[in-house]
Amino acid sequence: MYYRDFLTLTTSSFLTSRLRSFLTGLGIAIGIAAVILLTSIGEGLHQFVLDEFSQFGTNIISIQPGKTETQGGNVGVFGSSRQLSLEDADALRRLPYVESVNPSVMGNAELKFNGKTRRTTIFGEGREFAQAFTMKVQSGTFWPDADDEQARAFVVLGSKVRQELFAGQNPLGEYLRVGGQRYRVIGVMESKGQVLGMDLDDAVYIPAARAMELLNRPGLMEIQVAYRPDVAAEKVIRLIKDRMIERHGREDFTLISQEEALEVLGSVLNVLTFAVAALGGISLLVGAVGILTIMTMAVTERTAEIGLLRALGARENQVLMLFLGEAIMLSALGGIMGLLIGVGIAQGLHLLIPALPVHTPWLYAVLAELTAITIGLAAGVAPAMRAARLDPVEALHAE
Amino acid sequence: MIELQNVSRSFTVGDQQVSALRDINLRMDAGEYISIMGPSGSGKSTMLNLLGLLDRPSSGTYLLDGGNVTDLTDEQQAQVRREKIGFVFQSFHLVPRLTAAQNVELPMILAGIAPEERKQRVEVLMQNYGLSARADHRPDQLSGGQRQRVAIARATVMKPTVLLADEPTGNLDRATGWEVLKLLEGLLEQGITLVVVTHDTEIGARAHRQIHMLDGAIRSDERHTT
Repeated sequence: MYYRDFLTLTTSSFLTSRLRSFLTGLGIAIGIAAVILLTSIGEGLHQFVLDEFSQFGTNIISIQPGKTETQGGNVGVFGSSRQLSLEDADALRRLPYVESVNPSVMGNAELKFNGKTRRTTIFGEGREFAQAFTMKVQSGTFWPDADDEQARAFVVLGSKVRQELFAGQNPLGEYLRVGGQRYRVIGVMESKGQVLGMDLDDAVYIPAARAMELLNRPGLMEIQVAYRPDVAAEKVIRLIKDRMIERHGREDFTLISQEEALEVLGSVLNVLTFAVAALGGISLLVGAVGILTIMTMAVTERTAEIGLLRALGARENQVLMLFLGEAIMLSALGGIMGLLIGVGIAQGLHLLIPALPVHTPWLYAVLAELTAITIGLAAGVAPAMRAARLDPVEALHAE
Repeated sequence: MIELQNVSRSFTVGDQQVSALRDINLRMDAGEYISIMGPSGSGKSTMLNLLGLLDRPSSGTYLLDGGNVTDLTDEQQAQVRREKIGFVFQSFHLVPRLTAAQNVELPMILAGIAPEERKQRVEVLMQNYGLSARADHRPDQLSGGQRQRVAIARATVMKPTVLLADEPTGNLDRATGWEVLKLLEGLLEQGITLVVVTHDTEIGARAHRQIHMLDGAIRSDERHTT
């Protein structure tokens, strides 16, 4: 039998009962649409969260004071373990594979300029801050000084602070009061926007040593180490751990690798996407039952026709393939319908709620369609086999 | 040429063994016009199913064109049906969703004959049977006589050696029935072997050879030269 004739024969049968075929296909379509819609949203969220986390680069390891013994935040900030110092940061800078090291303190302080006051976040950072976090200085530069007590009183402004305090004028070279001390503005950061709820534009950056003094803190809150991307995180972690234990005498600090954090996050989000896809899968199962029902009915209704086909010399296999082809075609068309509905709803939602990230990976679409075809195959096998095995004489006399 | 040697066919109904055919010996030559008559239950339908390879004898041998077709596999039997046997049924058995032309084309589709050749053969047949104007109509748009002519066209499109007709006029009025019968008889000129199963003695009497069956056995086998 020619492939084209096969298509004509199988399509002719479900074209005659259009409504019935449409409804049967709809069962599969709803399932596929659910899977596509849910995974599109899941995958969109996944990408959104990963992008948020990885925009500062993924090859960063953070060191925080205090050992985290259990899950949850570490107590080092308030505890009695030994503080992280600028010397610790310097020591880590000399390790192999390390590209940049950034000592970090954070707090709040009042800014004063020309009679205007503003309370903002103060980031005490090292001179390699921008480099380590792949952030850009829009105008001016970061301070050139080494990260030690001699750091001069330089400040780099977040774009919003610049807007609020220096609207319409060039802030570079101006003097700004940060927490009562005079700082000279030497740079303005490029706008970065909100990152996980923190506005990086409504902030100023000053040398870490000066921030510790200003905020009256005995130690750093964190040291970030950026390492060469071609080196495994574990290797760098081991080096850092060894060096820090050597300096502190014991492990009174916690290492958090961006890569590991992302891996954990990624796998959690993957499980989520998968669970959501499994939920959609249940509706696919219902669709499969629909196809099974319709095909069983079709075999019963067309028993006489099956007898005729056999009398005309159709082989059992040909009868089998005709019915199987019909089941597969039903589910494949239902699958395509579902893809369109799913992607349509997902994109519609995205238009309505732009904040909701939506992403349909091609692989998922292809997998969903293959699933639909497999379902058609599975649901069609039993009725098709029954059709093929009918006794021609009995089938012919069924009316 | 058809030859049945000691053919029996029995069915199990419940826990009872029912013999539909008992030890049939029969020989039909190529080009013969044979009618098989008898009351219902006499075994004539079973005989037809056996001749058409839709059923297998419980015992005995069936030779078709000199070859033993009794023990062929299902697949081989399907091929023999496709190539050598044509069926015409009382209830026409047209596929309702296909057009008249597509119904005629169906055996050739199953046999995998190229579309160009199929189209040509269908056209010739439709022309011969006066169905050209109806080629694109579906069976439910055709009269009974037209339907049976489509069915005959379908049965002959593969140029079979045997045509088995099971009460071909049973669902037709008298005049149409005669027309259909004439059409079938016309096929004899092409050397086809025509077997008509009927319980209508008037129709059966037209055949050159009349076989009467009763209780699964051949009661009489008469030849008439007309």
